[in-house]
Parts: sequence; structure tokens; C-alpha cells
Amino acid sequence: MTVDLAIDVRGLNKSFGDKHVVRDLTLQVPRGQIFGFLGPNGSGKTTSIRLLCGLLTADSGSGTCLGYDVIRESPAIKREVGYMTQRFSLWEDLSIRENLDFIARMYGMTDRRAAVNHQLDKLGLAARQHQLAGTLSGGWKQRLALAACLLHQPQLLLLDEPTAGVDPKARRDFWDEIHGLAAQGITVLVSTHYMDEAERCHKLAYIAYGRLLVTGTATEVTASQKLTGYAVTGPDLTAYAATLRGQPGVGQVSPFGSTLHVTGHDRAALEATAARLSSDSAYRWTPMAPGLEDVFIGLMQDAEDNFT
Amino acid sequence: MTTVRLASGLSWSRWVGIMLKEFIQLKRDRLTFGMIIGIPIVQLILFGFAINTDPKNLPATVLAADQGIYGRTVLWALRNSGYFRFEHEARNEQEADEMLARGEVQFVITVPENFSRKIARGERPPLLIEADATDPSAIGNAVTALNNIARNALARELQGTLGRLNPPPDPVELRVHRRYNPEGVTQYNIVPGLLGVILTMTMILMTGLAMTRERERGTFENLLSTPALPIEVMTGKIVPYIMIGLVQVTIVLSAAHLLFGVPLMGSIALLYLCVLLFIAANLTLGITFSSIARNQLQAMQMTFFFFLPSMLLSGFMFPFRGMPGWAQAIGSVLPLTHFLQLVRGIMLKGNVFAELWPNIWPIIVFMSAMIGIGLLVYRRTLD
Repeated sequence: MTVDLAIDVRGLNKSFGDKHVVRDLTLQVPRGQIFGFLGPNGSGKTTSIRLLCGLLTADSGSGTCLGYDVIRESPAIKREVGYMTQRFSLWEDLSIRENLDFIARMYGMTDRRAAVNHQLDKLGLAARQHQLAGTLSGGWKQRLALAACLLHQPQLLLLDEPTAGVDPKARRDFWDEIHGLAAQGITVLVSTHYMDEAERCHKLAYIAYGRLLVTGTATEVTASQKLTGYAVTGPDLTAYAATLRGQPGVGQVSPFGSTLHVTGHDRAALEATAARLSSDSAYRWTPMAPGLEDVFIGLMQDAEDNFT
Repeated sequence: MTTVRLASGLSWSRWVGIMLKEFIQLKRDRLTFGMIIGIPIVQLILFGFAINTDPKNLPATVLAADQGIYGRTVLWALRNSGYFRFEHEARNEQEADEMLARGEVQFVITVPENFSRKIARGERPPLLIEADATDPSAIGNAVTALNNIARNALARELQGTLGRLNPPPDPVELRVHRRYNPEGVTQYNIVPGLLGVILTMTMILMTGLAMTRERERGTFENLLSTPALPIEVMTGKIVPYIMIGLVQVTIVLSAAHLLFGVPLMGSIALLYLCVLLFIAANLTLGITFSSIARNQLQAMQMTFFFFLPSMLLSGFMFPFRGMPGWAQAIGSVLPLTHFLQLVRGIMLKGNVFAELWPNIWPIIVFMSAMIGIGLLVYRRTLD
């Protein structure tokens, strides 16, 4: 079976000094897919993205990005990749138009004016094109940054936490646009901390301490962790949570509004604990399917135990 | 396909883009812009009007124990020389000492008892002059002038039989021609030198900040993710500052001519050529600094670390040949040292290219070394 892969890398490693930031990153992303990159802060997501777009050179490993060698052909990769940095990195002392115009020049676009006008119209910023980028609100900055990435019609979008600090409506619009782009055949690799966004991705990868721990669709990832979960309701949940921690079979206990999510890997032990404790009529134990968030928090804790 | 593929070659479009962006940002940064115009003007006024290496009108007091004609003649001559300004007379030695200690006066001139009578008798009486030598350069010229003043003043009085007290004429006649600056005008030396100092400071600082600013604001990452090549970024960023340098040079040269009447003996084209070379040398250093520095503060610190020895060891502040060998060795590496020779040579001496060459090639060597280091360091910071 041959799948047209936008990203196909094996065993990428990167260290800064004695800090091993990315360990043996192996990743295959087919064209036209939205690939979610999840993991705690400092887990190596940003470094991985920078390795893929040629901003950093891997210490070891090999692979291709859009068919170009990630180690040797980074200039070619840069021309066909749109990279949106985690922090707003356009020039705040340039106007919206000047920023787009500059980026267009950097990619040596021949019909620069038309491309800039097109993006301005699409953004709905044509009227404010002479406003300085630094005066825009967070949501608008993010849209401008995305527009700047799309100017040169890249084949692959690398988005590093694009929706951090953006309101829910703007986030939804953003994701609608991402899906629209994917439908046109553009591959998107996006890192995020939001679970609802993770669920909107075609495929996910979870990375912690520089290691890729799990990949797959949201359902696959959830199933692969074989977690058993219970939703617990009752009085004074905070105190109850404290008593639950350390009980046989209980992995994590986390409050979700008026319920407590209790999950664990050891199904039998957790069921036994649930049966024992639900005899106390004050608390109701209802079995539930663990969500992505439960899975990821579980992964994060396991990773901490294994690697620190 | 809307993008133009270039086989890893340089792109005119990118280079122009980077240059335009730098111009726009510079235009919006009022403070920097003001600094670029303000620094030459402030320095010109400070150095051009305020600094004088031949200070006159130095406060002095007289302790006169003799009111005879010869004593008075010498004192008049001292006053007329312009170097001394007599404060009120001290009543006794102790008061004179205190005035010197407090710094009210820089000289105490003691005319001893029977000064005039002793001269008439041919006894060569002493005339004691005590100077406050805590600042040697302040009193230097006045002390040097003293001998001649006293001798010439008395020569007119000592006529007839007293004429034998006059010193015999020197066996040789010394003729000193102070060429290129016969009147010894301080500004002729300082204002051309200021060109070099101003360019050293602003060029290194501006380019030093240009790159670190991108890094500090996080925009460098964006720049690096585009296909722009290091050499395009470096040179594209430099061009606006070359123009600024030329504007500064024009301001200083105009002021030199209009305010201070500094002559321009040589070719103005040759002068601008040397200026361009010097600007380029400083900019390469600035770019190298900005590649090493992690933030704008570090770039600024490095600039001043370089600027200080440049001021002190180049011959701008103190005579170059007065420094010990090791200091001259350091000084001769600095571009400013050679640039000072070039500017003074062209403006005051009317030097031509062949005479300037010994000071041109060291700047070229310095610049080549800096470009080499700069490109090495820049490549490393990509990772």
C-alpha cells in the first residue's frame, strides 16, 4: 500500500546542550490530513515542528517533508511550508498590508499585489490594511498570521498552538478554515492544548519528554490506553477526592464541574473499589467512557514516572 | 504556481523587501531616528564649541613683595599673554597656598623682595611660579609660554648698560612652520575626528540592535522560516544604515565648514569614498556583534566595550604617538585610528590616494576579518 505522505520522518533527534529535547521522532502524515500534536509544556512539540520546517537541523535521523530531505533540502521545504509560530511573530511596527507584502516578497511572488489583496479581502481587513499589526487584538493577530502563512499557497501548514488566547467563536472559525484547507489537499500539522481541538483532528500524536507516546485517531488513542472510568457525584467532592487517591485501581481523580472523574488502568481493581465505595449511599458511581483529556492526563503522569 | 523558483540563488525581490522593511521600521521609530540626527549635532556642539586643548584665562594670584618696575612689567606681560587672569592679590604666603589648595587659582606667582633691585644689579633673582599640576594638560601651554613671556617683556626694559643682562642670541635661528593648521585651531583637529567617532558609535549600535531586535521580538523566527538567505538579510539590513551614515557625514561636514570654518583641501569624492569604506567596516562589526549578542542590551554593551578603546586609543582624544608601544599596537587595529588619519589627511593636508593607501588597507583587512567572523557566527545561530 502506498500512501502519499506529506511528512515521513524516522528517528529524528535534537539536543540543546545536554538537554535531549526530541528523541527518535518517527512520524507519517498523509497529504490532506489534519494531524494534531499534543503534549505538556516543554515536551518538544515546538522543536519537532521546527525540525520539520528546516528552522533547526536534526542531530540524527532521516526523512522527507513534501518529498524533500529534511536534513539537506530545507531551503526547498521552506518555500512550500507555511509555519505559524507560537508567539505572534509578524512585525508589530508594520501595517497589516506591509506585513503581508513583506512576506510575499520573501517568497518572491510574481503577482504580489493580487495575492495580498486577495488575503486582505478574505480576512475582511481591506478597510484596516494600514493599521499597525501591533494594535490588533489577539484574535485578529492570529488571523493575520494565518493569512501570512497561506500567502504563498503552501502544501503543508505547521501551526504551533495557533489558538492560544483566542475566544471560542474565533477558534471555531479558525478550525472551519483549517478543515476547508485540508479539503483542498493541504496537509496541516497543528499543536494544541485544547481537547475539543484535538478531537477535530483526523489523527493525533501525544508527545512527552521528547518521546512520541501514542498516535492514532481520537477513538484509537482513547481505546489504546484501556482506561476504565467512573463519574462520581455526591457531597463535598473535594474531600472525597482526597480519600479516593491511593485506593486500589484508582489512577487519577479529577473534578469536572459537579462530578468527579475517576479513572485507572487496572479494570478489575477499580471495579472492586467502585463496588466497595458505592455502598455508601451518599455517592453515586456511574461507569463512563474516559475522554481524551483523561487519557492525556494519564499519559502525562505515566510519562513523568518513567522519564524523570 | 505563483512562486518563482530560484535555484538557491540570491533573490533581488527578497533583498529589496528586507531593505524596504528596514526603512519603514526606521521611519516609525522616532527615537532612533532622532538619535541618528541628534547625536552628530550634540557631539558637534559639545566637542566643537566646548573643548579647547589650549585653555586661556587661567585664574592666578600674585604674591608681590616688591612693587618695582621689572616685577610689574613681567606681571603685565603675563596678563597680556591671555593665559593668566589675576584674581585678587593674596596678602601672604599662607593665603596664597590656601587659594591654590581650594582650587580658586591655578597659579601663584611670587615676586620676591627687592626683585627689581636685584635685576638691576644683575643677580638673576628667582620669580617663583607655583602651578596646580593635578591636571597637567590644563596648565601645559601656559607654563611653556612663561619663559618667552618673561624674557621678551624684560628685553624691552633692559636697555643701555643693563642690556648685558639680556641672554645672548641663540647660535641658530629656529624657524617653526606649523603646517596644515598654522594657528593651531583645536576645531580643525576635533571636528574631522568627530566624523569618525560619530560613525563608529551610531553605525555599530544601529546594526547591533537591528538583528537583536528581531530576535528579541520573536520576528527572527518568522524571517528564518521564509526562504530568505543570511547574506540577503545581512546586506539588506545594512543598506539603510549606510544611507544614515552618509546623512550624518553630510551634517558634520556642513557644520565643519559653516560653523567652524574647517578647510577642505583635498577631494570631496575621495573623502566620501573613505567614509563609505569606514561605514562598511563598522557595519560588518555591528552585524557580527548582533549575531553574537542574545538581546539588545548585550549588543549595546558590546558596542560600548568597543567604542571606549576606539575613542581613547585611536588618537582622537590623546596623541597617538604619545602612547606606549602596546597601546599603539591595539590602536592600529582599530579602524577609527586609520580613519582619523584619512579624514585629517584629506581635509587639512589635501592628501591624494597614494598618500592615503597606508591607512586604507588596514581598514579593508579589518572589514574582511569581520565579514568572515560574522558569516561564521550567523550560520551557527540558525540552529
